[in-house]
Amino acid sequence: MSAISIILVLIISFLAGIEGILDEWEFHQPILACTMVGIATGNIASGVLLGGSLQMIALGWMNIGAAIAPDAALASVVSAWLVCGPSHLSVKEGIAIAIPLAIAGQVLTIFVRTIVVGLVHAADGAADTGNLHKLDLIHLTGLVLQGLRIMIPMGLVLLASPQAVQGALKAIPDVITNGLNVAGGFIVAVGYAMVINMMANSELWPWFFIGFAMSAITELNLIAMGILGLCFALIYLQLSPRFNGSSNGNGNDNSDSGNLSAEDELDRELEDL
Amino acid sequence: MAENVQQNNDNKLKLTRHDMVSIFWRSGFEQASWNYERMQNLGFAYIMSPAIKRLYPEKDDRISAMKRHMEFFNTTPYMQSAITGVVLAMEEQRANGADIDDSAINGVKVGMMGPLAGVGDPIWWGTARPVIGAFSAGLAMSGSGLLGPIIFFLTWNILRLSFRWYTQMLGYKQGTNITQSLGGGLLQKLTEGASILGMFIMGVLVPRWTKMYFPIVISRVHTGGKTTVTTLQDIFDQLLPGLMPLVLTFICIWLLRKKVNAIWIIFGLFIVGILGYWAGIFGIAPK
Repeated sequence: MSAISIILVLIISFLAGIEGILDEWEFHQPILACTMVGIATGNIASGVLLGGSLQMIALGWMNIGAAIAPDAALASVVSAWLVCGPSHLSVKEGIAIAIPLAIAGQVLTIFVRTIVVGLVHAADGAADTGNLHKLDLIHLTGLVLQGLRIMIPMGLVLLASPQAVQGALKAIPDVITNGLNVAGGFIVAVGYAMVINMMANSELWPWFFIGFAMSAITELNLIAMGILGLCFALIYLQLSPRFNGSSNGNGNDNSDSGNLSAEDELDRELEDL
Repeated sequence: MAENVQQNNDNKLKLTRHDMVSIFWRSGFEQASWNYERMQNLGFAYIMSPAIKRLYPEKDDRISAMKRHMEFFNTTPYMQSAITGVVLAMEEQRANGADIDDSAINGVKVGMMGPLAGVGDPIWWGTARPVIGAFSAGLAMSGSGLLGPIIFFLTWNILRLSFRWYTQMLGYKQGTNITQSLGGGLLQKLTEGASILGMFIMGVLVPRWTKMYFPIVISRVHTGGKTTVTTLQDIFDQLLPGLMPLVLTFICIWLLRKKVNAIWIIFGLFIVGILGYWAGIFGIAPK
């Protein structure tokens, strides 16, 4: 691997670490992190493929309240390096390695989030003296710590020789690797279950089963399914008495005029911006 | 304070467009110092920093404003923009002499952060990201190159940035009335529509992208030199393709509702996969 690739991979790791806490640009999501590592190492196809596969597993990994999800950042960059870099693991092996890495990343972010309490006390000091600039800097120091949380472990993996990584993996018996391979095929169910648990209520279950039945039997691709889902949602909102009775008084005699005025309102609001 | 009011009559303190843009940009760094003690408190103070600088030239006022925003705060990051907008309106009025005390400002922050997180977490993390992620991942795995990642990046960030800017300005304009104005139908409609789409897509994904293959041979029929082999998988497929993934998904839902940690379920499934392969129940799907 060239020096440029290695520097790029380290920068990507730092970005992924930052986004792992910020959750804004989403560079820590496997589909972006693995793809970027793939581009940096000149192995784009494997990066995209690994990213897509890991993204399916990580669909339901979300930080809610004070609860911390498994860490997609460390899992994505390290496994992408092992797949796209000189170790040349298969995508399946990359997926199997990603899971323990996600837990390691989770432990590391909990550690950093605890250290940052100290920074916040320093920021209290800055507030006491009215020093806004210092407060800004302390805040961003926390961000640097989160970036290093991924960059340092990634650097350690870069130092390990590809032969050592491959040797360690060769020592694993076939039953384990094939078994992991099989499990990798259905592990996504956990992610689906997390997402479903978050959204589900008794009113929404029929939509899940409509989607399931259509998908199991028909050959419609995902874009067509997306269009259908969107239309179902819009039709439901138009028909549901819950949204029509109170919000639009004259909507009953002429639904077209109701829609028109809603659009006009939206236009006006957009112009205000 | 009396002097301030006097001075403000001639020269009213007002946040500029530049302040608004700067606060919008800083909102993208809200969680940088997320901590277990007060969570997003320093993040909120950091976002307010340009406004505090503009509105409170007096050192004492500035110190009290900074302290005010170091209190506990936590919500879905993108929903914070609406709260910031409202707080900006309140701070601006306060700086111009209005009688708004610390507890009123903190009351609005605390009062809004809970309900908005209640709406924001399911919409952003529970629906938008899984749907956009699954869609792009599908493209990525079907070999369409960089298209999947690019669609993911653009869709997410255009949605996120426009939402943040729009709600920040809405909050600022509506002042303290924002909770009511958001409560009036629109947000509820959006939540309902997004949830329907989300649940539908989840139903679509379960049979498509969960790979389970049962190679156990149930029967071998010899007819005229040809051998027809029926595996357990064939029987499942005759009932309904995707039946076993559906069952597995419901087992996972049940376990999660029993408060089993997701990471243990994932580990458990790896062990099930290894043992199942060893026993010959699971196989690698032929394709």
